[in-house]
Amino acid sequence: MLRIESISKTFNPGTVNEKKALSGLSLHLEPGDFVTIVGSNGAGKSTLFGAVAGSFYVDGGSIALDGRDITFLPEYKRSRMIGRLFQDPLKGTAPHMTIEENLALAYLRTSRGAAPFSRISKKDRVFFRERLALLDMGLEDRMSQPVGLLSGGQRQALTLLMSTIVPPKLLLLDEHTAALDPGAAEKILALTKEIVSSNRITCMMVTHNMSQALDLGNRTFMMADGKIVLDISGKERDGMTVDGLLTRFRDRAGRALDNDRILLSK
Amino acid sequence: MIFITQTALELGFMYALVSMALFLSYRVLDIADLTTDGSFVLGMAVSVSLAAAGHPFLAVPAAMLAGAAAGFVTAFLQTKMGVPSILAGIVTNTGLYTVNLMAMGWSSNVNLLKQETIFSLFKGTGIGGGWYEFVLAAVIVVLAGLFLVWFLGTRLGLSIRATGDNRDMVRASSVNPVLTVTVGLCISNALTALSGAVVGQLQKSADINGGTGIVVVGLACLIIGETVVGRGSVKRGVLAVVVGSVIYRFIYAVVLKTKIVPIECLKLVTAVVVALAIAMPSLKAYAALRKRIWTASRTKGGR
Repeated sequence: MLRIESISKTFNPGTVNEKKALSGLSLHLEPGDFVTIVGSNGAGKSTLFGAVAGSFYVDGGSIALDGRDITFLPEYKRSRMIGRLFQDPLKGTAPHMTIEENLALAYLRTSRGAAPFSRISKKDRVFFRERLALLDMGLEDRMSQPVGLLSGGQRQALTLLMSTIVPPKLLLLDEHTAALDPGAAEKILALTKEIVSSNRITCMMVTHNMSQALDLGNRTFMMADGKIVLDISGKERDGMTVDGLLTRFRDRAGRALDNDRILLSK
Repeated sequence: MIFITQTALELGFMYALVSMALFLSYRVLDIADLTTDGSFVLGMAVSVSLAAAGHPFLAVPAAMLAGAAAGFVTAFLQTKMGVPSILAGIVTNTGLYTVNLMAMGWSSNVNLLKQETIFSLFKGTGIGGGWYEFVLAAVIVVLAGLFLVWFLGTRLGLSIRATGDNRDMVRASSVNPVLTVTVGLCISNALTALSGAVVGQLQKSADINGGTGIVVVGLACLIIGETVVGRGSVKRGVLAVVVGSVIYRFIYAVVLKTKIVPIECLKLVTAVVVALAIAMPSLKAYAALRKRIWTASRTKGGR
């Protein structure tokens, strides 16, 4: 499904701010995998997502999605296959455009890529209404309102719907509930689970909540120093506790996990 | 009075195309496109030169094509060459001066004497009577406005709007910002050139300096229109530029007729109005802060 072979990325090479964000990272995802990723501050979690989504090109190594080499495919071409949600709920939607227009943008670009002048049809509108109703936030009755009027949770729900309205091959969730209030975070997480499982989307999710990392999905990666230091799944994962995970991490990384948010959320 | 109204309506509609172009580049795409002055004269030069050669109809699409080409150069500089967007417009604008001279046969102005223009030909049909100039200008503006509203509702148009609204979103969506910025600037400069083309044929002349400051005037019209009509949807924006442009030209015509303000000062007044209108949110915030500090100092320690 997703095959990454020893990718590396150094930011600001040759300066005092040089930062080796990814160093020889490899991973292989099976179709339908739901991976949760935890790691220290600056371990390279978001950089990994950036590399996969194409925000920058990696310095070395290769990335293949579904057997197709995408190492040097520009970001906007990859995003037809890869959906991405950020921590900041404002990042995924256009505030001055209506809910309907935002959805149309997501839907028309993926479903009718070859027709630049296609417009929102009546059929599309009915379809959008149905999908919005599934979010259970009353957004289906506010389709002609600008997205800027919605709350953070509503905007993140809309972003989630937009990136999965045509199911992507791969969904990247970068702490997408971290900036929301607890109630909204829970709601978005439930929606995520539902959408990912009903569409069988292969998914990677960064989280700072250790128990969530073990609850959700079927695999957990722990990252440190631009590498995956721990990859657990199956029976080993089923029996794993948060403390067990922290111990395993210390053994592998040679030091304790130092993510301030993880410490705070424990 | 009727004469003033008629002039204001005619010029207002014709120059509304410039504001419509700025609505697309400045409001929708969020780019201050300073190619405007040059592409207005380019449209004028191409249109009048072709009309002088006996092709008044061909002149209009040719002028728009030339404007689109100018927009393409600006877009290319900023999307592919990494030139900051304001500078890209200034660079293109500077280069256009020479191109415009070239389009006018290396002369600083071209005049139409007995050659037909779209206006003289339209007059021949008898539609609109004494208002034929206004009717033709209005038809062109309404068509351009309808096109813009339609276009910004298409997939490509929505992508252009998203590019100006949320760059983060666009980067993570399958929208190619290079394409959207390029298409947007091509269309906006084509509209500016269309304005130049129509004005040139109405005035029966093109002048190398005919576009100086047109970008500020266009912005003034946009802001006046938005103040009257309000901001929001694309339809409202397109309506606003026409209303704003007519109001501006009405004031201009009144000043010209009554000489309340010396006509030489009009550019300065326009510049001040635009600067104040754009600065308004900052001025309001500053005034509110000063007021808070003042009340806090009066109630001893802010309690």
